[in-house]
Amino acid sequence: MAVEQPTPAPVPVQGDQTRIHNIGYRSYDGPRLGRAYATRSLYSQSLRGAYGLGRSAKSKVLPMLLFVVMCVPAAIMIAVTVATKLKDLPVDYTRYAIFLQAVISLYIASQAPQAVSRDLRFKTVPLYFSRPIETADYVRAKYAALASALFVLTATPLLVLYVGALLAKLDFADQTTAFAQGLVSVTLLSLLFAGIGLVIASMTPRRGFGIAAVIAVMTISYGAVSTLQAIAYTQDATGSVPWIGLFSPVTLIDGLQTAFLGASSSFPGGVGPGHGEGAVYVLVVLGLIAACYGLLMRRYRKVGL
Amino acid sequence: MYDPTVARLTYRALLGRRRALILGALPLLLIVLSAVVRAIAGADDQTAADLLGGLALATMVPIIGVIAGTGAIGPEIDDGSVVYLLSKPLKRSTIIFTKLIVAIGVTMVFSALPTLLAGLVLNGNGQQIAVAYTVAALVSSIAYAALFLLLGTVSRHAVVFGLVYALVWEALFGSLVPGARTLSVQQWSLAVAQKVAGGDLVTSDVGLTTATVLLVAVTVLATWFAGHKLRSLTLAGEE
Repeated sequence: MAVEQPTPAPVPVQGDQTRIHNIGYRSYDGPRLGRAYATRSLYSQSLRGAYGLGRSAKSKVLPMLLFVVMCVPAAIMIAVTVATKLKDLPVDYTRYAIFLQAVISLYIASQAPQAVSRDLRFKTVPLYFSRPIETADYVRAKYAALASALFVLTATPLLVLYVGALLAKLDFADQTTAFAQGLVSVTLLSLLFAGIGLVIASMTPRRGFGIAAVIAVMTISYGAVSTLQAIAYTQDATGSVPWIGLFSPVTLIDGLQTAFLGASSSFPGGVGPGHGEGAVYVLVVLGLIAACYGLLMRRYRKVGL
Repeated sequence: MYDPTVARLTYRALLGRRRALILGALPLLLIVLSAVVRAIAGADDQTAADLLGGLALATMVPIIGVIAGTGAIGPEIDDGSVVYLLSKPLKRSTIIFTKLIVAIGVTMVFSALPTLLAGLVLNGNGQQIAVAYTVAALVSSIAYAALFLLLGTVSRHAVVFGLVYALVWEALFGSLVPGARTLSVQQWSLAVAQKVAGGDLVTSDVGLTTATVLLVAVTVLATWFAGHKLRSLTLAGEE
C-alpha cells in the first residue's frame, strides 16, 4: 500500500510517517491442546522413532533386526518344548533377558543417542521448548518412550514364551506367577537401562560417540564385574560375589531378581544375593533410576537457552 | 603417502577436548581392575591370562578400535565437512592412509600400552603373558583400525556395525560356533600371541600362517577399499 512518489523526498522520512499496516492477519482463537498433549506427542513420536517407524527404511533395519533376534530364541524354545513334550520351559522367564543382555545393550546403545543426541546436534531442543512443554516434560517423555521401547523389546519374547507354555499345556498357575515375575524384572531392567543410556547419550551431540560410550559402559562394566566375580569365586571369597555384582547394570538386575523374584542367578556357582543383600540391590537399582532422572533434569535445565 | 596436516586434524578430532579423557577411562579401568585382582588373588598366570584375554583383548581393544577407527573419518563424512578435506590437492589414498596411521596409533596407545601395564601388574610378565597379549593387542589394533576405518567410509551407522561385529560376531558367535572363530581378528592376533608366549596359556584356533596371511590381507584390502570408497564418495543428506 505504499504511496507512489514521483520524486524522492529530499528530507529524511520522519518517524510519524512510518507505520505498520494491518494487512488482515488474524490471531488463532481456537482450542489450544496444551502441555499434556505436546508431551504425549513427543512420547509417541520418540517411541515410534525407537523402532524406526516414521523414519527412513534404513533406520528401521537395526531396531527391527534386534527385535527379531530377541524373539527368535523364545520361539525356538517353545517349538522344542512342544515337540519334545517337556514338563517345563528350558529357560526361566527371568533368565531370558540376562542371556540376551548383549542384544539389549546394543539396542539401547543404538537408540538412546537416536532419541536425544540428534535433538542436541541439530539444535531442535529450543524448538521443543518454544512449545508449551517444559524441561521436565521433555525429559519424562523421552525417558518414558525409551523405557517403553525397551519394555516392548524385552517383554515380547516373554509373552511368546508364556503363550507357548500355555499352548504346551504346562501348569497354568506356575507359568502365570513366573511370567508376572519376569515382567516385573524386565520393567526394572527397562527403566534402569533407559536411564543410563539417556544420561550418557545426552552428554554428546555426536551420535556415533554416544553409541560407543553407552556400549562401553554396558559391556565393560559387565565384563569387569563377571571377571572379578569369577576370580572371587575361584579364590573361595564366595561372600564377596554378590557385592561385586552391584557394579554393573546387568548383574544388578540379575541379583535383584534372584533375591526377590525367584530367579536362579547367573553369578558364578549360582551364588546370588540373599534377602539382606537383595535389599541393597533394590535400593541401588531404584537409586540409580532416580539419579538418572535427576541427572537428565539437570542436563536439560539450561539446554537451548 | 603421509600428510602431517591431515594427521594433526585427525588426531585433534579423535583426542580433542574431553574425548581423550573418555578414551582414557577404559584403559584406566583395566589397570585398576588388575591391581584389585592382584590384591585379591595374588600373582597367578591363569588369572592373568583370563583377565587379559577376556577383558583386554576381547572387549577393550575392539571398542577402542571402533571409537578410533570410525571416529577418524565418520564424523567428518556425517557432517559434510569432509568436502573441504577432499577438495585439497591430496590423493584420496593419502588421506585414508594418514587417517589409518593415526587410528592405529591411537588404538595402540590406548589399548596395547594398558594391556602391557595390566599384565605387568597382574603377574609381572610371568610366562611372557603380558608381552604376548600386548603383541596381540598391537597386531589386532592394526586390523581393527583398518576394518573400522573402512566401515566409517561405507556406512553412516559404522559404529553400530563395528560393535555388532566386535561383540556379537566375535564374542557371542565365536563362543557358540567354532567356525566363526576362523574369521575373527581376535583369534588371528591370538595366534601371533601364542607364538610369542610359547606356553599353553595363550591358545588360538587358527594357525600362525593362516592368521598372518589373513591379518595382512584384511588390513591391505580394507585400506584399499576405503580409499576406493573415498574416491567415489557421495555426500548424503541427513536421514
